Amino acid sequence: MLQIRCPWCGEDRPEIEFRYAGEAHVVRARLPADESDAAWAEYLYLRTNPKGWHAERWHHVHGCGRFLNAIRHTVTDRIAVTYKPGEPRPTIDDQQGPTP
Amino acid sequence: MKFSFGTLLKEALSGHRGWPRQWREPEPKPAYDVVIVGAGGHGLATAYYLAKEHGIRNVAVLEKGWLGGGNTGRNTTIIRSNYLCEESEALYEHAMKLWEGLAIELNYNVMYSPRGVMMLAHNEHDVRIFKRHVHANRLAGIDNEWLDPAEAKGFCPILNIDSRLRHPVLGAALQRRGGVARHDAVAWGYARGADALGVDIIQGCEVTGIRRAPSGEVTGVETSRGFIGAGKIGVVAAGHTSVIMAMAGVRMPLESFPLQALVSEPVKPVMPCVVMSNTIHAYMSQSDKGELVIGAGTDAYVSYSQTGGLHVTRHTIEAIAELFPVTRRLRMLRSWGGIVDVTPDRSPIIGRTPVPGLYVNCGWGTGGFKATPGSGHVFAATLARDEPHPIAAPFTLDRFVTGRLIDEAAAAAVSH
Ligand SMILES: Cc1cc2nc3c(=O)[nH]c(=O)nc-3n(C[C@H](O)[C@H](O)[C@H](O)COP(=O)(O)OP(=O)(O)OC[C@H]3O[C@@H](n4cnc5c(N)ncnc54)[C@H](O)[C@@H]3O)c2cc1C
Ligand SMILES: [Zn+2]
Repeated sequence: MLQIRCPWCGEDRPEIEFRYAGEAHVVRARLPADESDAAWAEYLYLRTNPKGWHAERWHHVHGCGRFLNAIRHTVTDRIAVTYKPGEPRPTIDDQQGPTP
Repeated sequence: MKFSFGTLLKEALSGHRGWPRQWREPEPKPAYDVVIVGAGGHGLATAYYLAKEHGIRNVAVLEKGWLGGGNTGRNTTIIRSNYLCEESEALYEHAMKLWEGLAIELNYNVMYSPRGVMMLAHNEHDVRIFKRHVHANRLAGIDNEWLDPAEAKGFCPILNIDSRLRHPVLGAALQRRGGVARHDAVAWGYARGADALGVDIIQGCEVTGIRRAPSGEVTGVETSRGFIGAGKIGVVAAGHTSVIMAMAGVRMPLESFPLQALVSEPVKPVMPCVVMSNTIHAYMSQSDKGELVIGAGTDAYVSYSQTGGLHVTRHTIEAIAELFPVTRRLRMLRSWGGIVDVTPDRSPIIGRTPVPGLYVNCGWGTGGFKATPGSGHVFAATLARDEPHPIAAPFTLDRFVTGRLIDEAAAAAVSH
């Protein structure tokens, strides 16, 4: 089970307090009706699904109730950093490697 | 060599020292007509049918680990065809018909055992959905029947149908032709069959890149054992599909999640069938060795860790202990995870991609073992003719653009 630091609560909490909410930084078009079918499919369905660092959303449902973003490594499950929605995606120094 | 009663008898009398190797271990050739990436059941079946039915024998199957070491060797082997959507019914029933003759086709005992798969309904919603499945399946000529709780217990005597359970059994949908098969034997049988027809199965060979001509079409793959040329490439890599497709610049509608299973210590036969409960994420059957084989749920988040959270298996064990009280004091021997590739509509993707010469067969998620023969069969036809096999035709990648989804997600919950 993951330990996730909620940037709103400032606490490390167990994964089961949270709900996973998919890839982060997937931006919905302001006027979906103006989008091409391909662009709309990209937004709805296409995902990076990387083997490596992944920016993802979590919802602190059994805590403060707010959303947060995390950068997690999908092989080691190590969470490098969590941050608030709206903040830019932090860059992770990949040279360091994901130390589990 | 052909397996028969005669060869068995001869080997039994001569101490089993004369069995030959079942497939070669060839060095990769510089180029092939078709390169299949991934030697799971689906990839090996594809190669087998390419050689057998389409006469395309200059084929390599590249595998980063060992053949059958992915989800094929990690799954709980449930086979059934009682899906809801017509497209899925056609696809899974095609596979079911092939299962029925597979041991003879391959001259290899895949231990296909149609012992019946029973899916439990625990609430009013389940009851209505399953009855709808039963009716839809019968219209399509696929067997599926509704059982009341007492009949369900009659079919699986260790089932607890006490109405005071947290998730009481309100009934069940039973497909009598459903069952299980020996997962390793399926991979080995197809590997042996394909190898005998001239297919090169190259293990310990990881694909690290896809090379394309300036005009866009594929020319081959970069691997841990050097460049291998290819006229066509078929990616059949389950949980790693997004990673390989990214090598050709194609983004996929897939997410990869760990799915777990576990087995108990072996006990005498107590369970004559397969029981699935989608609502509480628990499935169970008994292997020929006597172990109870238990399937659990997926982790919530994208991962390639090939393990999974302990709370996920714990949740399943709680459900199993409630549904089957005889299991309460059993010890679990092993647990493991596999990485499953899940699509938004929970239906697979079989066919061409935007890159000329690149084909994909993926998105089988938590339920593709049952489809192994059918998947390989229709994908081989698609690769050979460069046009979708009629049964594969609805399962295109571009359905996510056109919106013509095959929404088994609503029908089957998470589990297959
Ligand atoms: C715990 C668990 C339980 C399941 N239970 C059931 C069930 O009861 N019934 C059912 O129908 N389905 C079940 N499934 C799903 C089923 O296992 C899969 O859908 C099916 O086996 C997929 O087969 P495959 O041949 O496509 O994939 P795999 O067997 O995973 O084969 C893909 C292969 O590709 C290789 N590969 C990956 N990347 C590369 C690369 N870069 N280069 C070379 N090779 C590569 C992998 O090593 C792997 O061997 C279960 C899955 C799991 C994990
Ligand atoms: Zn919080």
